[in-house]
Amino acid sequence: MDRIEVQDLNVYFDDLHVLKDVNLNIKNNMVTALIGPSGCGKSTFIRTLNRMNDLIDTFHKTGTVLLDEEDIYDPKVDVVDLRKRVGMVFQKPNPFPKSIFDNVAYGLQIHGITDKRMLKEKVEESLKAAALWDEVKNKLDKSAMGLSGGQQQRLCIARTIAVEPEVILMDEPCSALDPISTTKIEDLIHRLKRDYTIIIVTHNMQQATRVSKCTAFFLNGEIIESGSTDKIFIEPCDQRTEDYITGRFG
Amino acid sequence: MSKTNESLVEKGLLITAISSIILIALIILFIFWEGIPAMQSYGFFNFVFGMDWSPSDNQYGVFPMIIGSLAITGLSLLMAVPLGISCAIFLAEIAPNSMRQILRPTIQTLAGIPSVVYGFFGLIILVPFMRVQFGGTGFSMLTASIVLTVMILPIIVSVSEDAIRSVPYEYKEASLALGSTHWQTIKNVLFPAAIPGIITSVILGMGRAIGETLAIIMVAGNVVQIPGSIFDPVRALTSNIAIEMGYATGIHYNALFATGIVLMAMIIILLVIANYLHYKKKVTIGGGYL
Repeated sequence: MDRIEVQDLNVYFDDLHVLKDVNLNIKNNMVTALIGPSGCGKSTFIRTLNRMNDLIDTFHKTGTVLLDEEDIYDPKVDVVDLRKRVGMVFQKPNPFPKSIFDNVAYGLQIHGITDKRMLKEKVEESLKAAALWDEVKNKLDKSAMGLSGGQQQRLCIARTIAVEPEVILMDEPCSALDPISTTKIEDLIHRLKRDYTIIIVTHNMQQATRVSKCTAFFLNGEIIESGSTDKIFIEPCDQRTEDYITGRFG
Repeated sequence: MSKTNESLVEKGLLITAISSIILIALIILFIFWEGIPAMQSYGFFNFVFGMDWSPSDNQYGVFPMIIGSLAITGLSLLMAVPLGISCAIFLAEIAPNSMRQILRPTIQTLAGIPSVVYGFFGLIILVPFMRVQFGGTGFSMLTASIVLTVMILPIIVSVSEDAIRSVPYEYKEASLALGSTHWQTIKNVLFPAAIPGIITSVILGMGRAIGETLAIIMVAGNVVQIPGSIFDPVRALTSNIAIEMGYATGIHYNALFATGIVLMAMIIILLVIANYLHYKKKVTIGGGYL
């Protein structure tokens, strides 16, 4: 089943044509990797899926993006509600300068959960799901800024899953992390894919093959090739895909 | 060659730094030199806590003016801080670009207008207005505080706005991506993260308010008394020095310098408190990492 369907998407910042006729279907409860050289539009693409690009004044687009068969750019759509359904983890770990507990509780509070016991339960649940609970359970009231980069990123993932999204977008979540932290995040992705639809942008080919079932290769704002990860990495149809994954450019 | 240059530049900078410190030290020394005799002959306690200031009767108690300075400053902060912070939030987050481009330089210009102009405005417009609205002479603590509010608003607005705008964009993105509204993001993420900078803006505003002299002389009424209400005239420590220094001689002259010592001590105490709050806030919200 397709969770997200992107049809003929063109994205512009002023006159700059960033995404060109992008068509991509994202399957439910599966990890989809987006690969491609820097500046090819991968990040712009996933930011289109939770309408984060709306923050940029010069952004405009044509084409449609369907989430569960509903157009997310329809004027009737509540952006706040959309972003609750489509969570996002950023490239640089960006916890709030608050305590570890408050970081995870924040999303719950803004969505109206005020009951202390309920908050506690949900925070614990989310931290466990993000494989961070054992490391922080004794210092929940300490500032999140004191955690290591890898822990901060898992905290950001915990914060994202606390509000129970349907889709999680990850924009190069491991690019600022060391190999051990990266492994932890990848293990986490494996566990999360049972419950969530995950779209991950990565520059790391091995990571794409390790975590994803489907892959799309972006180049200069176009999708050159998309399909099952195995097929793209073992027998790509397009010469440019092969050149990229074998490291001949990019 | 470049090595001698290097040491020349370093020595030059050292000399300028030292000379500015020496200058300040000399001024402070001079104030104490001239002020201490008055405190000695009249008694330190009598001077600071004395209720009567009447040079002709040899009465030199500055307590009403300490209260006057604190009251005027406190009341103006009470008005300027909420106004200024709201305005800063509006400018930093809500105002459309075109509006911001007009408003920001306008507000910054306001900060540069000489205080005598504000005082004159207060005297011509505000004093008669207060007289008609609330009775009395119109010269009052409230009038002075309103003029001061207008004077310190630009400082609070522009420094707070900078503080809010320098909150990392990642925080805003993270908050919005969790499905919070713009206002929730401002209230729960941007504002708390900007608090150290906002406290700085309040400290700067407070410094200007407590040191302001001319504008206050023009509208406060300058009666030496502890104000019973905000509509009573008051005299600030700064005003006291400026009003009487023209004709003061002998112990009276020394007493004015001693007033300066009290003013200085008061400003130092307030700054220490404010800096402590600022530091504490930084540590608690950033865990020492901000």
